[in-house]
Amino acid sequence: MIPYGFAYHRAQSLEDALARLAASPDAKLLAGGQTLIATMKMRLASPSDLIDISGLADLSFIRVDEKNVTIGAATTHAEVAQSAQVRGALPGLGELAQLIGDPAVRHLGTIGGSFANNDPAADYPAAALALNAIVRTSAREIAAEDFFTGMFSTALDDQEIVTEVSFPLVMRSGYAKFRNPASRYAMAGVFVAQGADGVRVAVTGAGSCVFRQPEMEAALTARFAPDALEGIVVDPAELNSDLHGSAEYRAHLVAVMAKRAVVAALRA
Amino acid sequence: MTAVSLTVNGNAVSADVEDRTLLVYFLREQLQLTGTHIGCDTSQCGACVVHLNGRAVKACSLFAVQAQGADVTTIEGLARDGRLHPVQEAFREHHGLQCGFCTPGMIMTAVDMIRRIPVLDRATIRAELEGNICRCTGYQNIVSAIEDAAARMAADAEKAA
Repeated sequence: MIPYGFAYHRAQSLEDALARLAASPDAKLLAGGQTLIATMKMRLASPSDLIDISGLADLSFIRVDEKNVTIGAATTHAEVAQSAQVRGALPGLGELAQLIGDPAVRHLGTIGGSFANNDPAADYPAAALALNAIVRTSAREIAAEDFFTGMFSTALDDQEIVTEVSFPLVMRSGYAKFRNPASRYAMAGVFVAQGADGVRVAVTGAGSCVFRQPEMEAALTARFAPDALEGIVVDPAELNSDLHGSAEYRAHLVAVMAKRAVVAALRA
Repeated sequence: MTAVSLTVNGNAVSADVEDRTLLVYFLREQLQLTGTHIGCDTSQCGACVVHLNGRAVKACSLFAVQAQGADVTTIEGLARDGRLHPVQEAFREHHGLQCGFCTPGMIMTAVDMIRRIPVLDRATIRAELEGNICRCTGYQNIVSAIEDAAARMAADAEKAA
């Protein structure tokens, strides 16, 4: 499969990338390309220009301090998954990165790309929302709550580039995902974070956009154990129904994955 | 068109490519390195796996221009001085192929996995192979071949040390 033609540019700096974005209204940023290139090959996207920011060293780093894990936008899933620092500070985040795609996809795909694309079945949005992450861009800071605005849509402006994401440290974190066996995207993925202010539970893959599960949060804040979730029924009304599974099936998966995420968090 | 220069299997290569040329087409059609296969062409089957700066990637999901300055290894670059790579040898010994179509990608994935995870059990090998599909379903022997190659390479490394 061959995409429509485009002009390729290797950005020399963030400023260079921003200038090129401003100059071409139909340009797109290219980082790992593991979603964008597939989309272009299907001819579902036809950018006039691709501005490659994968080589910008400033955007590729992992920094852990006493408050946050901060990851540069061009950092690959493999780098996050293999980071002992990330595993030590936020075990659920390291495990999540390890479950994205397959090894070859993880070698190229980036965290910034995953955030900017906001695929409803992507993994990172669940960690971002459960951990109350801060997305930093070339222009501003955006809280995860405000960042993911709907299916494939975010608060980003066309002329804005994600530069890094900060995930606040919590006492415990865990992620569990039921994968679509063909695409490896989440049929349902649940991230559980136990912080000083209580527990946050975020669900990806099951709805049109990542969302929190307040009933589970209240139950787990009262008692952080898998059986604290016993009896909580997930409402299928707003969930996805497609050839891979009905909304009712996904609602069931959310309940099971939530328990497994708590087990993972307690084990880590 | 963009001029790209890269190293492929140890040889410096320069060529003009259309920006939209995928790495796999560049390797197969411009460089005539047809050992890298195109299976699904949608990043699922792994027949096109090559190494980009030592890491396994799917050459159907990467433009040739992105490989500017990179070091690319394909299945043709594994054998040295007329001797098969230990992973290739193990695939032959364990009959790790039936029709052979997925084999180049399987072997490139296996070499990458052994580099990253020196001690491999069968469950880990299976998990690491999730981006490679064998439509003959010959997985048992593929897993055996990788298990044996990893053990042999570890023993050789110990001997050399």
